Amino acid sequence: MKNSLDESKPIFMQIKEQLEDSIINGTIKAGERVPSTNEFAAFYKINPATAAKGINELVAEDILFKRRGVGMFVTDDAMQILIESRKKTFYENYMLPLKSEAIKLQISVEELMDMVKREDISNEN
Amino acid sequence: MKIEVKSLTKKYGDHRALNDISFILDGPKIYGLLGRNGAGKTTFMDILSGHIMASNGEILINGENPFDNQRLTESICLIKEGQNFKRDLKIKNVLKIYSYFYPNWDQELAENLIKEYNLDLNSKIKTLSKGMESALGITVGLASKAPITIFDEPYIGLDAPSRKKFYEIMLEEYQEKPRMIIFSTHLIDEVSLLFEEVLILREGSLVLQEESEILRNNTIAVSGTIEEVETFISGKEVIEKKQLAGMMTAYIYGTVEEAKMFGLNVEGVPIQELMIYLTERKKGA
Repeated sequence: MKNSLDESKPIFMQIKEQLEDSIINGTIKAGERVPSTNEFAAFYKINPATAAKGINELVAEDILFKRRGVGMFVTDDAMQILIESRKKTFYENYMLPLKSEAIKLQISVEELMDMVKREDISNEN
Repeated sequence: MKIEVKSLTKKYGDHRALNDISFILDGPKIYGLLGRNGAGKTTFMDILSGHIMASNGEILINGENPFDNQRLTESICLIKEGQNFKRDLKIKNVLKIYSYFYPNWDQELAENLIKEYNLDLNSKIKTLSKGMESALGITVGLASKAPITIFDEPYIGLDAPSRKKFYEIMLEEYQEKPRMIIFSTHLIDEVSLLFEEVLILREGSLVLQEESEILRNNTIAVSGTIEEVETFISGKEVIEKKQLAGMMTAYIYGTVEEAKMFGLNVEGVPIQELMIYLTERKKGA
């Protein structure tokens, strides 16, 4: 859980990403309860409507489900769905900036490929 | 509660404190009302609370004019930056008076806040420090539970921990029972995360009304070489641009994704900064 949010980006997206990260790295597992809108609002001092928006998007994407009167829980398929969707944005989020920086530094495609294949920096993220 | 502001103008002599502004505030939401000194915020809040009359145009609250309207004024609580209370009253008298005036008055909350802020019920208003007077204002504003609660820079002299406490309790109260809170402050960074919607006034006119999340999503600062940035921003609405050593940063309406696709460095613009650029006293770009 981050200590504070970054004001230069929509807050609901940060709430959403945070929950996604917790699910992907296994901190919150399938079937477990996630913090409520009010808990998020109180923790980060944010507008409850904003926190709700982040959580509701995850519900719409079948990553969370609601049990009336009890709270929000992680669905069984959550991890799988998240990995699939993160793979889709991997190119934009990581490859595009990588390529643009490489071009700036005049790194050739071959050099870049060598770096990708280099074993010592294998870092899963 | 629904507030309709229609072509509202307030003149003081030749000066127009408000110049033909129109907008709608609807439902229980926390609104941030922002702008520089003299932008017309306080004038607007005074008219809204029924304290002064407009020169032209009108404000309707649920369809009615608030001026001299008892039934409406008891659903509006305005806390200003000072002189909210008669100097010779004791704190306990103030609470008493407000408890008679506001039908939803929450005595328990008032007492808790008095304790929280270390106020003495028997102190007279004129003996209070600025911070203590502000704390009392906040107490009254929150405890009024008025369906429209307005805070106009309510914490002059209040220290940071006390302000933080105020935000916390305001949020708790709002979660428990949502109401319309209109919040005007210069300490935007501290509260902007609480705003659901933001209004920015500039020299008596409304420059912007938007959901804060949409603002965070749609205002960006892009940086790159002058040429790159100029190409990217051409045809877009530019808020501000500056350049140094062949590099340029432009603040525009647009999304992070499109700027990234273009290969530019991009950051979001916090509401405080946006307000600064939008209200600079010069001709717009």
